[in-house]
Amino acid sequence: MQTALARELCEEFLEDVYALPHGEKLKQCLQCGTCSASCPSSAAMEFGPREIIASLRAGMLDRVLNAKTVWLCVSCYSCSVRCPAGIPLTDVMYELKRLEVDKGLAKDAPGETMAHAFAETVDRYGRNAETTLLRKYFLRTNPLHALAQIPLAIRLFVRGRLEILPRKIKGLDSLHKMLAAIEENGRR
Amino acid sequence: MITTASPACRYGYYPGCSLMATNRAYDISTRSVARELEVELVELDDWNCCGATAYLPVREKRAFVLSARNLALAEQNGRELATVCNACYVVLRKTNKYMAEDSHLRDDIRQALQAGGMDYSGNVRVRHFLEILVNDIGEARIKARVERALSGWKVACYCGCQLSRPFDDLDHPEYPQLMERLVGWLGAEVVPFPLAAKCCGGMAMTTHPETGQVLTGKILKVAKQRGADCVATACPLCQINLEAYQDKVGRAVGAPCEIPVLYFTQLIGIAFGLPPAALALADNLTPLEPLLGEKVTS
Repeated sequence: MQTALARELCEEFLEDVYALPHGEKLKQCLQCGTCSASCPSSAAMEFGPREIIASLRAGMLDRVLNAKTVWLCVSCYSCSVRCPAGIPLTDVMYELKRLEVDKGLAKDAPGETMAHAFAETVDRYGRNAETTLLRKYFLRTNPLHALAQIPLAIRLFVRGRLEILPRKIKGLDSLHKMLAAIEENGRR
Repeated sequence: MITTASPACRYGYYPGCSLMATNRAYDISTRSVARELEVELVELDDWNCCGATAYLPVREKRAFVLSARNLALAEQNGRELATVCNACYVVLRKTNKYMAEDSHLRDDIRQALQAGGMDYSGNVRVRHFLEILVNDIGEARIKARVERALSGWKVACYCGCQLSRPFDDLDHPEYPQLMERLVGWLGAEVVPFPLAAKCCGGMAMTTHPETGQVLTGKILKVAKQRGADCVATACPLCQINLEAYQDKVGRAVGAPCEIPVLYFTQLIGIAFGLPPAALALADNLTPLEPLLGEKVTS
C-alpha cells in the first residue's frame, strides 16, 4: 500500500475509532502494555494490541493491516477491562476487522471467512445454523480440514445434536427491511 | 436474610441459536431447573440471531439491529430478558448500552426497526440466568430444593470470558464468584480455579486451531491439576470447546485433559434429583458415569 494512501486511511480510520463509544480514550494510551500481556492470543500474533495502537498513532495503518493479527482477537475483553486508560480495545479490534472487510484486505484470514459465512447464514435464515455455517467455512478455506471434523460430526449426530436443515424465522421479510434500512445509514 | 415468599419470577427467555441443536441440553436443563424453582421463562416469539461475536466484524450497525429486534420483542412483553449464552448476553447488553449512550446510533437503529414494523425504546434489562438464580432466587430457595446433595463432587467452575466481561457490574471480571457460590449451595466442593474467566478460544478452535487448542487445553489441564472431577460451564461455545476436543488439546498442552464437562444447569438438576432425560445428560460428549455412579441413557 502507498504510504500517502495509508496515512490518509489511517486518519480516516482513527476518526471512526473516536466515534465509537469511549473511542476517544485511544488518545490517552500510555503504552504500558497491559493489553498485550492480557491477550490470550498475543503469542500467536505478529505483534500485540499495544503495538497496534502505537502504529495507528504513528500513521502506520498499513503495518497493522499487513500483520494480519487482528483476526486472532477472540473478543474476550481482557484488555478492555484491564486498560488503565479505559480504551475499548475489543471495539477497536472490531473496527479494524471491519476496515479490512471493507477494503478487501483480509481475503485469506480464516476469521474473516468465518465472519462472512456467519453473516450470510444469519441474513438468509434470521438465525445461525451451525452445520450450514461450518460447511460454508470449510468449502471456502480447506475442504480437506472438514474431513477431520467427521468423527466429531458423527458423535454429535448420534446424540441428535446436528441440525441438518436450517430453519427460517417467520419475520424474515420484516428483518430484511430493517437490515436494508440500516444500510442506508453509513458503513459502520 | 432468608425469605420463603416467592417474588414474581417471570422473565422473557432468549435461548439463542446454539441451543436449538448443538447445545440443546443447555436449553432443556435450563427449562427443567426453572420449572422446579417456579421461575417462568417465556420464550420470545420468533426471536432471531443476536449477531454474536461473528457478525460485528462485518457490519456493526447491522449486528446491533439484529440484537435490537430481540430487545424489541422482549419490550412488547414488558419483562426482563434472560439468556444462558454468554455471547448473547454480552451482545444484547452491549446493544442496550450503546443505544443509551449514542443518540445517533439509537435513532438509526430505531428507524431501522420501524422500517420492519417494530420499535425499541431501551427499557429491557438483559440478565444471565446464572445471575438470576443467585441474585433473584437465592440461597434459601435453591438449597431447599436440593434432594441429592453433590457431596464429594469436586467442581471447577468455569464461567468463560463474556459472563463478567466487559460488563463487570455483577461479578468480578477476572475471578468471578457467582457460579462458585451457586455450586457450593448444591453441596459440592468448589476447587480453587484461577482460570474461571480465561478465554477458551471461542471460534479460534475452528479458525486458528493451534491457538484455540492451547487455550482450551490450559483450562482443562489446570482443572485436573486442581483435583476437580468435573468442569461446570455457563456458555454453549465453551461447553463444546471443552468437551469435544479433549484428546487433541491434551496433545497440544502435553498433559491429560480428559474430564467430564457439564452445564451448570445440569449440575443443579442432578442435585435436584431430576431424571437424566430432563437434563439431556445423554447429549454430553464426556462420560458422566464416574460422577453419577450409574449409566446415562436417553
